[in-house]
Order: sequence, then C-alpha cells, then structure tokens
Amino acid sequence: MVTARPLHILAYDFKVFKKAWRGVLFISVLSPLLYLGAMGLGLGGLLRSGNHTVDGVSYLRFIAPGLLATTTMQTAVAETSYPIMARLQWNRIYEATLNTPMGAGDVMLGEMLWLVLRLTGVGVVFVAVAAAFGGVPSWQAVLAIPVATLAGMAFGTPVFALSARLRSDNAYNAINRFIVIPLFLLGGAFFPIGQLPRVLQGIAWSTPLTHGVALCRDLFLGRAGMPSALAHLAVMLAYTAAGLAAARITFWRRVVV
Amino acid sequence: MTIDLSAGERPAPATPDRARTGTLIEARALSKRFGDRVAVDSVDFSVGRGEAFGFLGPNGAGKTTTMRMIGCVSPVTSGHLRVLGMDPTVDGPRIRARLGVVPQADTLDTELSVRDNLMIYARYFDIPRRAARTRIDELLDFVQLGDRGSEQVEVLSGGMKRRLTIARGLINDPEILLLDEPTTGLDPQARHLLWDRLYRLKQRGTTLVLTTHYMDEAEQLCDRIVVMDKARIVAEGSPPQLIERYSTREVLELRFGGGDEPPVDGAAFEGLAERVEVLPDRVLLYTADGERTTAAVHGRGIVPASTLVRRSTLEDVFLRLTGRMLVD
Repeated sequence: MVTARPLHILAYDFKVFKKAWRGVLFISVLSPLLYLGAMGLGLGGLLRSGNHTVDGVSYLRFIAPGLLATTTMQTAVAETSYPIMARLQWNRIYEATLNTPMGAGDVMLGEMLWLVLRLTGVGVVFVAVAAAFGGVPSWQAVLAIPVATLAGMAFGTPVFALSARLRSDNAYNAINRFIVIPLFLLGGAFFPIGQLPRVLQGIAWSTPLTHGVALCRDLFLGRAGMPSALAHLAVMLAYTAAGLAAARITFWRRVVV
Repeated sequence: MTIDLSAGERPAPATPDRARTGTLIEARALSKRFGDRVAVDSVDFSVGRGEAFGFLGPNGAGKTTTMRMIGCVSPVTSGHLRVLGMDPTVDGPRIRARLGVVPQADTLDTELSVRDNLMIYARYFDIPRRAARTRIDELLDFVQLGDRGSEQVEVLSGGMKRRLTIARGLINDPEILLLDEPTTGLDPQARHLLWDRLYRLKQRGTTLVLTTHYMDEAEQLCDRIVVMDKARIVAEGSPPQLIERYSTREVLELRFGGGDEPPVDGAAFEGLAERVEVLPDRVLLYTADGERTTAAVHGRGIVPASTLVRRSTLEDVFLRLTGRMLVD
C-alpha cells in the first residue's frame, strides 16, 4: 500500500539539513570547488602552458565531470553512515519514529528519497559552479546530474544497509580509507583509467564510481553514445539494487525485533 | 487538551470477564523469544479502560519487551494479544495511531528545538501543521515547558527532556499511554512533577500502562500491578492486595550493635512472627502487630540496639517475590 508517510521522513531530513547547512556546504560545494580550482586551474594551467590536453580536452574540462561523480559518492557515503548510525544507535530517533503509524518501510523509503533529492541538489549546484568556471562545454551535462545521483545511490544504498548492521562507527573509517579515498583518486576522475596497471583498471571498472565518472564525462563533453551509456547505467543500477535488497534485510532485522 | 469525560467515570468491572469495550489490552499466553533466550514466557494480563496498570520487576524481567509488544513494534512470538480490540500483527499502524509511547530512553533529536521535535512527531501521525501547532502549545504548557519551545533540546535538563518525551507521547491524544520507566534517573522534584502530570492524565481518562522498579511510583500511580520476574508474571493485584497477600501488615526491624552478623540466629525468633528474615545488619520480623512482637522479643531476653516498627510496603512484596539477589 502506497502512503504519503515516507514524505514525513523527507520533511524531517530537510529540517536537519537546514540546521547543518555549513557542514553540508563544505563537503558538497567547497571541497569540490577547491579541487576544481587547485587541479583544474592550477595543474590544468601548467598543462596548458605546455600545450597538453587530457583525453583531447583541457584538464579543467576533463576533471569537472569526474569531480561531480566523486562528490555525489562522498555525499552519499556521508549521509548514510554517521547520521543513520546516530538515528539507530546514538539518539535512537528511529525507535521513537516507529512508535507512530510509521513503519520500517516508510522510514527506509523516506531516507532513500531524501538521498536522491540531496544528491540531485549537489549535482545541480556543482554543474552550475563548474559552468561558471568554463568547465561545461555541452548541454548534455544536465543529464549528468541524474547520472551522478545514481552513482551516489550505488554507494549510499549498500552503506545504508551496512549502517543497519553496525553497533559502532569504526567501520566507517575503513570504508573511507579503503574504498572512498582510493576510488576518488584512482577511479578515473583525475586521469584516464588507461594510465593504471591492467589489474587496477579491472578493479576500477568493477566499481560504480568509474562508470559514473565515465558517463558524466561523456555527457559533459557531449559525446555520450548509446551502447556504452547503457552499460554504465546497468552497473550503477545493479549496485543500487543490490544495496536496496541488502538494506531491506538488515534494516528490518535491526528495527523490527 | 481534549478531555474525555466518559471514559474516566466508567466503574472498573469486578469480574475478570469484563465488558468487551472496557478491555483495551488483552494478552493470553503471550511469549517472546530472541533466539534461544525467552524474554517473555507465556504471560496473561488485561488492562481496562481508564486504568493505571503497572509492570513491576527487576532488570531483565521482560517488562520492556512486553511493552514493546503492546506498542506494536516488537512482533509477538506466540500467544494472543489484542490492543484496542485489534491484532498487532495485522493492524500495527492503526493501533499505533491511537497509542502514546514514552520509551525508556528519551530518543529525542537533541540538535533540533523542542518545538521541532514535537512538530516532526506530529506529522508522523498525519496531524496537520496548524492543528499540531495548537496542540504543541497546549502540551508544552501541560508539561511546564511553555517558555522553552524554541530552545535546542541539547541544553535541557534530564527532567525537562523527560517531560518533553511525555509531551511527545501525548501529541496524538492517545487512548493508552505506555511509559517505560518514566522517572528513572530523575531527581525527586522532577519525579513528583511527572507523577502529578500522569495523575492528571489518569483523571482525564487516559489509560496508563507503565513499567517501573520504584515501589513508591507503583503505589502512587497504579490501580493494579503485575510483578514480573524471569520472563513470567509472578503476582497480580492492587498494591494493598499484594501487600496483604505476600506480606504482613507491619514489619519489625531489629538492629544489633557492632559486628557484621547479628548476634542471634533466626531460630531465636521462632514463633514470634509469620516470617523472619535475617540480614547481615538486621533482622526483619513480618507480623500483624509490631508492638506486640517487640514486647515478645524483649520477653525472650533478646536486646537489640534499636527497634523500628513500620507498615509493610510494596518493596517487601517485591523482595519476597523476586529475591534479594542482584540480577545484573
């Protein structure tokens, strides 16, 4: 039965978001901007003075779509780790929520909808800023916003599932150290994947981030083509679906006891 | 606050086979298992409309688990449970819409304001924003937080947070209010204020179901009590009934000077009281008439350092039923 109940979670998340906008601004806007400035303009300027291009375009235009996808990945992991841990374990807000007509499904669906909204917002702001820097040559870049959102969901859903199993936040450090940061650096945002050793290339292509980066880049540069775009989407959708399926099990096990 | 006058005035039916409309919660052979551990073992109880019903018991006795099953958040393992005439397995959301819950931990969002906490909760019940605002004003006055609405929850004292949690539990004007250890960790002032509010709710006809391990709380608030121990219900009745059944009218406490052990062993008191309990520092004699027993003790030539005659309390019942051993 479909009800409007998940929207109440959305309203709650929005209220919390409004309180914490400074921190949000940093992770979603300022931090990618710093990379765009340091790498795109700084390093990019150096390359340009030697008449170098990367993948046939200026370095700024090369990394802008990559940073979009890494930013939604990082935002998604941030949103589904500590805040969810807090609601399950620290202030145990979900316990109170579930004492109302709201059910576990309403809560999970609401959180997922919020994440989609949140990532979309990040994408819109990022594309606007990148365009102001001259990093967005094609109108197709608008389509990169939902693509980056999907790339984020491919990380957010499994991390949400994991959060429902955890009793302490230790694992999040490991996730950042061994998954998020390596992917950020090696997932194709800063240089073409082809530069990596073959083994690492294989690993990179098995993750949703590399596909997100590739498709966002194709869209930014106005060169997206059908068969490859579908393949990229399929990988990200598969991760998202698997994450949702896992969350459907772990979240229920945690809150319906 | 809406006042439901009809409910509070209904006389409590004397027979266990009470009128169907009068029974709000009914449990028969209700059980809950977590893996191999039995948390609630085949308990029977029923709660009538307007009643204040207490679960008393040591930590780990199964009180909270029972409350969570009544609250339709914890699935029943086996047995029969009806809340407001409905089956929690099928009608969870519909039942929860008419319940108020004050959980053991406050579970507030401490980063948000007092008002925001209540507004978010009101929306979970689909209460329109405008109606919720009026309701929030009333409730904040009721729990004496009227001037704290815009403050962040973080800065409130423990007692204030507890009152806020109670206000939150009342947001939907519930027919049954479930309170899990409502006053644990509060100072005496805060406890008495809470008791006063709960008493008023009861006067207005709200059915109260609470767990506690404070005997004074149970005596103050509850019309009827069940004592739980090791997942089972071991006794049921009103506080005076329980005292009558499981204790004596009075208790004579004898203290002996010095030493860790009383100088006299229990056999010395045989025949003087219905029950004799020898503790490391004193001897308790459960008797109908403390003065007479005191005289009898002296008559046997036993001279304690001090004597105290007091009335039996629920605490005597509780310790008799659940033992003096630490459980956790």
